Amino acid sequence: MPRIFRHWMLWPALAMLLVFFLMPSVDILRASVMDPELTFRHFERFLERAVYMRVLWHTVEVSFVVAIVCAVIAYPVAYFIVQSPRRVQFLLLLLIFIPLWMSILIRSYAWMVVLGREGVINSLLMGAGLIETPVRMLFTTPAVYVAMIQILLPIQIVTCYSAMSDIDLGLVRAARVLGASPWEATRRVFIPLSLDGTITGMIIVFMLSMGFFITPALLGGRRDLLLANLIEFNVTQLNWGFAAAIALMLLLAAIVGIVVIRLAARLLLRALNGALAR
Amino acid sequence: MPFTDASSGESVRFEGVGKSYGDVDALVDFDLAVNPGELVTLLGPSGSGKTTALNVLAGFTQATRGRVLIGDREVQGLPPEKRDVGMVFQSYSLFPHLNVFDNIAFPLKLRGVSRKEIAERVEDGLDMIQMGDLGQRMPAELSGGQKQRVAFARAVIFRPPVLLMDEPLAALDLKLRESMQAEIRAYHQRLGCTIVFVTHDQNEALALSDRIAVMGDGKLAQIDTPQAIYDAPQSRYVAEFIGKTNLLEATVAGSDLAIPALELTLPVADLPAHSAKRDGPITLSLRPERIFRVCQGDAEAYPNFEARVEDALFMGDMVQYRLRLPDAQTLIVTERRDTGGARPTRGATVQLGFLPRDLTPIPEPS
Repeated sequence: MPRIFRHWMLWPALAMLLVFFLMPSVDILRASVMDPELTFRHFERFLERAVYMRVLWHTVEVSFVVAIVCAVIAYPVAYFIVQSPRRVQFLLLLLIFIPLWMSILIRSYAWMVVLGREGVINSLLMGAGLIETPVRMLFTTPAVYVAMIQILLPIQIVTCYSAMSDIDLGLVRAARVLGASPWEATRRVFIPLSLDGTITGMIIVFMLSMGFFITPALLGGRRDLLLANLIEFNVTQLNWGFAAAIALMLLLAAIVGIVVIRLAARLLLRALNGALAR
Repeated sequence: MPFTDASSGESVRFEGVGKSYGDVDALVDFDLAVNPGELVTLLGPSGSGKTTALNVLAGFTQATRGRVLIGDREVQGLPPEKRDVGMVFQSYSLFPHLNVFDNIAFPLKLRGVSRKEIAERVEDGLDMIQMGDLGQRMPAELSGGQKQRVAFARAVIFRPPVLLMDEPLAALDLKLRESMQAEIRAYHQRLGCTIVFVTHDQNEALALSDRIAVMGDGKLAQIDTPQAIYDAPQSRYVAEFIGKTNLLEATVAGSDLAIPALELTLPVADLPAHSAKRDGPITLSLRPERIFRVCQGDAEAYPNFEARVEDALFMGDMVQYRLRLPDAQTLIVTERRDTGGARPTRGATVQLGFLPRDLTPIPEPS
């Protein structure tokens, strides 16, 4: 078989990527510098106006916080699931998956119902006589965080779980009989081996957060807009060139963010191994 | 050289240990005493309780009943890390995120040994397993035999008085397994620790052990030296599990021993001295390599009988015959290839003999 045909099974996927990903990406790149003729003014505008840089920074900040909080919550949950008997594992994973079957839009609206002025929480608190007037929760930054974390958490749990279920628990037993207490065995064997999968999950959550758009629009205040919201605004205003420039800045920030997460993970692993040396 | 100091092995004792999983008894009233510095194998098929016994000793499984002692210490109820035993696993269980050096150093770090001493002892350990320059390799870059050596070094680096080995050679091919057996014996001599070795491979047990504990149905069937286990099995189960054998039903009446299957009657006095000679039925074990062909002229020298060749299995240095006796019982005979004369062909009738002292009576279960 000629060399070129050897990977024929990849062709459909490659064709799909070419048509629906690579070509539009090139088109966006072109639009950002060719509107209407070769120019960098869209990028200049982005970099010069403080408001855009502030939104960029806010987007990165929100995404990092969401990724970290998701990882911190998901890790013990995934650990608990992995330690459960097989049947229970299946049931628990099902429970984790159920929210994923609902669209982000619906889940964001649901949070409006929960957090609103007349929402579930305020009604409960007022009914219990704990507060006199409704607490403002909707259209605040914490509301955006809570909803984004709730929406993205299942993804992080499932990624952590899959990394942990690949770990040979015989290794933990080996560590025990060689002299490690349960905590030592976890710290020196289980955590280092599950870290890669956790980092992968964090990167997925981080990237998804960077593109979040409906949730901040519905639940946040004016200052909670993310870059994706700016893109949407400029597209509707038919500022194609500027929208494309924002999209590329978002892509760049996402790449930088991933590199930073990877570096941090490597440092963490080294710290764990360093602690081992003592 | 700190590593090669003979650590003094400690005794291991199981006293009436039982372990049940719901209705299933994995270990029943299990007694075993291993002397300090001894290499004892727990031998049995899967489900015989050998792995449960090892896990109870390592602390991975808690016994339902009985006492487990290492030296003078009662260890039942102690977690694995408090028992101070080394262990080598069938799947090696090397830590994939640590290199060879850090794998071997692992137990020392947990014991708070100084960095300098760790470096010295691990270097010694690497020299012992002849992997001196491979300390920086990751486990994934090692061959099966190398992984096994690293696992061994890691298990003994902290000089545990007792080393547990759970089918450590099962994943290796035959040649490597045999050379590793020789290595394990050599390390054992050098280190002096007590070794409890679990295997289902009888040849491995015969080759390695000071004593073999044959297990079946969660019980200890027999414990003795390899030779005694082979030559004087104390039950039908042990006789059939260790090596191949022919079991013959016989009857003792006064001074006569009648073996109907061979159409022979021998004087009871010809049986091995230690065997019971009470009147009644008795089962005799006769190993296949103890039966030989006799020429017409020798017919008077040995008790002999006729059998028909059903099948001949060529095994390199040996030929194994399956024969049919006149009463239709099958008999297995192995013969070295250098025996002179033509090999009997299928369907041929041969004259076979044996020495009466090779008949091993099997005690009936009381």
